[in-house]
Formats: sequence, C-alpha cells, structure tokens
Amino acid sequence: MTAPLLSLDSLAKSFTMHLQGGLVIPVVSGISLDVAPGECVVLGGPSGAGKSSILKMIYGNYRADAGAIRVVDGPETVDVAAAAPRRVMALRRTTIGYVSQFLRVIPRVPALAVVAEAATAFGLSRDEAEARARRLLTLLNVPERLWSLPPATFSGGEQQRVNIARGFIADHPLLLLDEPTASLDARNRAAVVGLIETKKAAGTAIVGIFHDDDVRERVATRIVDVTRFAASAA
Amino acid sequence: MNETTMTDTPLLTAESLTKYYGARIGCREVGFELYPGEVLAVVGESGSGKSTLLKLLSGQLEPSDGRVLYRMRDGVTRDILTLSEAERRFLFRTDWGFVHQHAEQGLRMGVSAGANVGERLMAVGWRHYGKIREEAESWLERVEIDPDRIDDRPTAYSGGMRQRLQIARNLVTAPRLVFMDEPTGGLDVSVQARLLDLMRGLVADLGLAAVVVTHDLAVARLLSHRILVMKDGRAIETGLTDQVLDDPREPYTQLLVSSILQP
Repeated sequence: MTAPLLSLDSLAKSFTMHLQGGLVIPVVSGISLDVAPGECVVLGGPSGAGKSSILKMIYGNYRADAGAIRVVDGPETVDVAAAAPRRVMALRRTTIGYVSQFLRVIPRVPALAVVAEAATAFGLSRDEAEARARRLLTLLNVPERLWSLPPATFSGGEQQRVNIARGFIADHPLLLLDEPTASLDARNRAAVVGLIETKKAAGTAIVGIFHDDDVRERVATRIVDVTRFAASAA
Repeated sequence: MNETTMTDTPLLTAESLTKYYGARIGCREVGFELYPGEVLAVVGESGSGKSTLLKLLSGQLEPSDGRVLYRMRDGVTRDILTLSEAERRFLFRTDWGFVHQHAEQGLRMGVSAGANVGERLMAVGWRHYGKIREEAESWLERVEIDPDRIDDRPTAYSGGMRQRLQIARNLVTAPRLVFMDEPTGGLDVSVQARLLDLMRGLVADLGLAAVVVTHDLAVARLLSHRILVMKDGRAIETGLTDQVLDDPREPYTQLLVSSILQP
C-alpha cells in the first residue's frame, strides 16, 4: 500500500448559527480517511450528509472544529486545519485542485483566461497554460467562439465545463471534485470520466462526490459512506 | 501571487495597534503580518475603525500604542515612526501607493493627466521629458485611458477615469505596497467591475502587496487573499477570504455576510 497523500484524522465540523440564537448544526465528526496517489475515493451518502463540507474543509474553505487534515506537499506534510492562511494559499496553487459545484464568475475575465489562470498559478508558463486551456476546452466541447467571452452569460453546463477545465488544468497531486458531472449531458460526462481516468493513471489522489451512479461506478476506487461519520445532534 | 514574490519575511507588520481619540477608541490592539504579493481586505461598517487602521499603517496617524514595522528595500525592517524625513518621503513617493476613495484627494486636479503620472517619476529622479511622457502614456494605456487624453486635466475626466488615473499615478513608481481606501466607493456598478478587474490584474502581475479597506464584501472577495473583519475598533475575525466569507464564525461576521443582497 502506497503512503497516503491525504490523511483525515478524527475530523469534525459543526455550524453555529449566531443569528438563530446560537443554534448548533452538527455536520460530521470522527472522520478518519486515507487517500493514496492514484486512488479515487468517492464520498457517498444522501444530500445533507456533509460530503461537500468535507471537501471544503480539505481545501481550507471551511474550518474544522477538531482533527487534522494532513496533505503531503513535497518533502513536507501540512495540516490544512492548522496551517496559516498563506500556507493554505500556497497549497492551493501547487498541490490541491478543486472543482466546485458552481463557477464563481469574475466580471470581464474571458473563459480561456479563467482556465489558464489556474495553470500559471501552478507555475506553468503562459504559453503552456494557454495551450492546455485550449486543449481542455476543446475536449469538454466548449465552443471556441465562447473562449474570449466572460462566462457570466454561459449556460449552467457551459460554466461547469469551464470550471472543470480550470480544476483539471494543473498537475496538482490532490484533486477534489464536487459533483463535476451534475449538469452535463452524456457526451460531456464521458469526457469528464476520461479526464479522471487520466489523472488517476498519472498518480493523482482524488476525492469526489458524484450523484450519477454510472459515473461513480466507473471512476471510484472505493466508496466511503459519510453517514457513518454523521455527527449526532448533541 | 507568484511564488517568487512570496518570501518568508513579512513586508508590513502591525503590532497591537491602538488609537484613542480622547476617550473614544478608534482602533484597539490590531495586529497582523502582510507578506509580499498578499492582498489583505479590511472590512466592517462605518465607524468600525477601518480608516483609522489604514492611517496608522501608512504612518499618517501616530498610534497611542503599538507599532508598524516595514521591510525597506535594503531588507532591513524598520519601525515607520523612527524613519528619517528622507526615508519617509521615499516610502510615500516611491515604495508605497495610496489610492483614495475620492480621486480628487489623490490627484492634482489643476495639472494634466500626464503630469499627474509624471510627477511621481520626477520625484524619483526621472529628468528626461520624452521618457517621462512615454512612460505616462504607457501607464494610461494600462489603466485603459486613451493616451490622446494625456494633456487633459482630471477635471475633464469621468469618475471612473479619475480613479484609474489615480491608480496609474500610484503604480508608475513600482511600489511594493499599496493602501486603498474604498477604491470603488461612489462609482457606478459597471464602472466598479472594470476597475476591480483592472486592479485584480495589476496586483497579480506586479506582485503587489495591498491593504484594501472596503465595506463591500464582493470587492473583498474579488481582490483579497485574506480578510480582517473589524468591529468597534477591534479585529474580530481574520483568515482566508473565502473561508471567512463562506464559513464566518463570529456573530457580527455572520450578520455582515447574511446581509448581502443577492441580485
């Protein structure tokens, strides 16, 4: 068994809603999970079980209440749950890729630049970044006439494909996928499955959420049911 | 944002900054470190102490307690209150920029746009008229102002153009740190978007560090890496920008985030 690239250790999360009288909403607790390079671990469980929250904690977007999120970053191992903001920023550039459920649209920035930006942040040259962006957008069937336009006016599916291209463009050792195939047709779902297979073969560790059973069966190395980490409403 | 601009020594350090206005507190024990290439947004409502903090950081106000450290170009970190007059001038004219909410405060309204940009170059020793004009033209283009307007005074410019001119004036000397006070305040929304995108690009391309004071959380999300939420003069919550905005912990931050209207 290869050493894990990502290791979650007794991770817990709840939300305290101060505007609702301090209501505490438990999300997950006691998550322990290892993900090795080349593995695609799929988080399973019903909507609301905390799958997205787990991905967001790994990315440093949500804070963890307890536990550790250890990510191997070259010679170092970084605990995302305890790292300084600038360390997390550096991890996001070079080590952790993330495809969110929805593209966050930036006014005036064209689709091609949205995608290429993630590659230049990773450290690739502008030329290489642009070449990869073109290749990915083509592969994901985003029409070339849209590349120079900001994605604000794109359809949901087009925006999502731009988002996927952005997430896959760099060679991050760890990739987090939050329902990347949700709003895609069969042809584009197949394209995404192909991209995931390529990443796996290249040794990328992947943690993903897929609602589509067919996609899940095809990409998963194993499926982890997160309801077993459900936090009890204390 | 480039790896090369991120070094391991902070550029600016605020240590327990406190400011009393008589008995009233403007700012209380605020501390943080800012690294090269990092953009920090300071958010909060009017009267929360944002502007006081910005003035303390940029040496325009003397703190009642605490201090501000800045790493000079020679690599030596200095307390900004102990700098000589010449060193302070160097910071204000060259190594720092200050973008005011009202462009009129940051521009000289009685002279041409070209002179507004060229003046900062002359302050750092540029003497050749042709070169100064050429550099001013190139900066006007960078901030999307038609170089044909170089001889016009800012009084003949629209609000958005004035703000972009102010940015050009500030960035022409390649500062390492820029302070911005509500840079998009008072502008039309479409003008704001253009300005934000422009600033976002410039900050990333030039590897600038910046402290941006804003009450607009959308501006903070778009421009900043980290955020500091102020209330009653205190920094009540701080962290990665998307973390604080998507998973706010403090009651006041939750209130701020939940109060945004979604179009």
